[in-house]
Amino acid sequence: MDSEWVIDAQGLEKSYGSGASRFDALKGVSVQIAPGETVAIIGKSGSGKSTLMHLLALLDEPDRGTLQVAGKNAKSLSKRAINELRNKEFGFVFQQFFLTPNVSVLDNVILPLKIAGMGGKERRRRGMEVLEQLELADKAGSKATTLSGGQKQRVVIGRALVNAPRVIFADEPTGNLDTATGAVVEDILFDLNRSQGITLVIVTHDEELAARCDRQIYIRDGLVVSHTTSTHTGAHALIIGGAA
Amino acid sequence: MRTKDLVVTAISNTFRSKLRTTLTVLAIFVGAFTLTLTNAVGAGVSQYVDAQVGALGSPDVFIITQASDATAAGDGPVEYDAASSASVSSQQGPPGTTTKALTDADLQAIGDTAGIESVDPIRSVQPDYIEYESGTPYEFSINATSAVTTADLTAGAQLDGGATEAQLVLPDAFVTPLGFASADDAVGASVSIGITDILGAKHVVNATVVGVSLESLLAAGAGANDALIAELADAQSGGIDTAVTSYGVAVAHFDTALSTDAVTALKADLATAGYTASTIEDQLGAVQTVINGIVGVLNAFAVIALIAAAFGIINTLLMSVQERTREIGLMKAMGMSGGKVYTLFSLEAIVIGFLGSAIGAGVAIGLGSALSAVLSQGLLSGLPGLNILLFEPLSVAFVIGLVMLIAFLSGTLPAQRAARQNPIESLRYE
Repeated sequence: MDSEWVIDAQGLEKSYGSGASRFDALKGVSVQIAPGETVAIIGKSGSGKSTLMHLLALLDEPDRGTLQVAGKNAKSLSKRAINELRNKEFGFVFQQFFLTPNVSVLDNVILPLKIAGMGGKERRRRGMEVLEQLELADKAGSKATTLSGGQKQRVVIGRALVNAPRVIFADEPTGNLDTATGAVVEDILFDLNRSQGITLVIVTHDEELAARCDRQIYIRDGLVVSHTTSTHTGAHALIIGGAA
Repeated sequence: MRTKDLVVTAISNTFRSKLRTTLTVLAIFVGAFTLTLTNAVGAGVSQYVDAQVGALGSPDVFIITQASDATAAGDGPVEYDAASSASVSSQQGPPGTTTKALTDADLQAIGDTAGIESVDPIRSVQPDYIEYESGTPYEFSINATSAVTTADLTAGAQLDGGATEAQLVLPDAFVTPLGFASADDAVGASVSIGITDILGAKHVVNATVVGVSLESLLAAGAGANDALIAELADAQSGGIDTAVTSYGVAVAHFDTALSTDAVTALKADLATAGYTASTIEDQLGAVQTVINGIVGVLNAFAVIALIAAAFGIINTLLMSVQERTREIGLMKAMGMSGGKVYTLFSLEAIVIGFLGSAIGAGVAIGLGSALSAVLSQGLLSGLPGLNILLFEPLSVAFVIGLVMLIAFLSGTLPAQRAARQNPIESLRYE
């Protein structure tokens, strides 16, 4: 398999439940994502777009299909190796912030480093670096609950960024924000892509946000229905063979 | 995640829901408090009994009497035998019971028994009074077995059995009446003991106070060494050799190296020879059993309280797992292993257990010490030397350890539930 892809998924299938209540969330989806690319996965709720992201991010296992992450077959990886991969290579931004209340902004940001087992001093140094980058250094000591929505999402991005990941998975990153704040958060994400070459995989139903990505993958009823490539950037534009 | 981070995180998580943690800690507190107190009562009473055992005699001592000559009804009168028929009043059985006296021949026989190192008859002397520097005389008695006992001293030293000088250990109740400023002041003083001989003549014997003892529950009277007892006995006999030497009780020392089984065998040997031998332990065994029984029942109540508290811990942690479903999901999504999640929640349970037990034990020690002090001045002042609540560091540590273990076991179920959570399901959780 070509290792030019950071993620290479072929014929992914996933269903939940059994018998009459069986629900096929994905019916054979193939997706390839190159390093440094920005990809939007678009679809209505129930289309299977979140399930696809969970599979790509190794949060769940497909029923069928193969998945290569950074050249390694996900199936052959041990649980421990998968945990380490998620911890070191991936960053997550969810629609809900999932910030730990009553804990300082800095402590929220450095959670992945703490899980990785990094020492206290190094953790704080990295955390402060990221907070400065996101212009939140003055809030480092505040409790997460005292922040505004936009600030919270910036903390979440900081948390996704602190372990210097290769890929950031964002599930409706602006879903809970007003247009102006949402735009700021989008700018930060695309900035990171440009300046640090971090691959972005964004799950959304927001067409405007999707249009800012290099590539859009439309999902409906568990299948990829169409692929489009934005013309505004040339460098990462790739046309990927369809699905199912 | 590093162990230190896990511990720090567990501690800070415990204080996130302060009211809930406080209530759970209170439940454990009650159990740990009770358990610490009941253990302390057990230790306090045991220590007191041990001190009393010391007052009664050393562990390597037999109290020997003739086997009681229970006359079976229908056997008719027993024929008189000049060599063995002398009876003396016995301390065993109902008041007035007599037992055959031990003669010098008996002492010789006992001394010759393998395993017995020495045997001494107990000679009882009945002094009339004690006085110091012509002050007020006070009625006074001497404990016949004091030569082989270890007194519970408040000042001075134990009796020297080998000394030729007449020595006395004074009960502390006599210190002030006799005109001494303090127990230390009494040590080294020479006192006069009055005694009446069998012909009615009065004699005075001088003795040196070498120590002052706490009054003992089981052995009353002052202590006197062999030299003093001999001097008093001589005075009491009025210079007349009573010809037949007979004693009610003898004290035999046996080899301290003997095992429990060997001691039992030795007792059996003496029984075959017609003597009843009992150690101090035998005489106090029943008392110890009753005390242990009472403490056991009290401990059982405390453990019941702890079991109730364990359900409190389970409940608290289950609620905590429920509340923190998303947080657990997030941590797992970020690569935290199920094992670490399990450890985190188990540690939270242990932290709760430690808080409850440490506070419980601490308050028990504080309150108990105060109560003990008040009781020893009031209700229990008749039992000097009794420290009703004795807090031993080891048993307090054991209680804390036990509670932490119970807490850990209670945390198992919630921790397992947390560890098994699927990160995606957890993140979807509303």
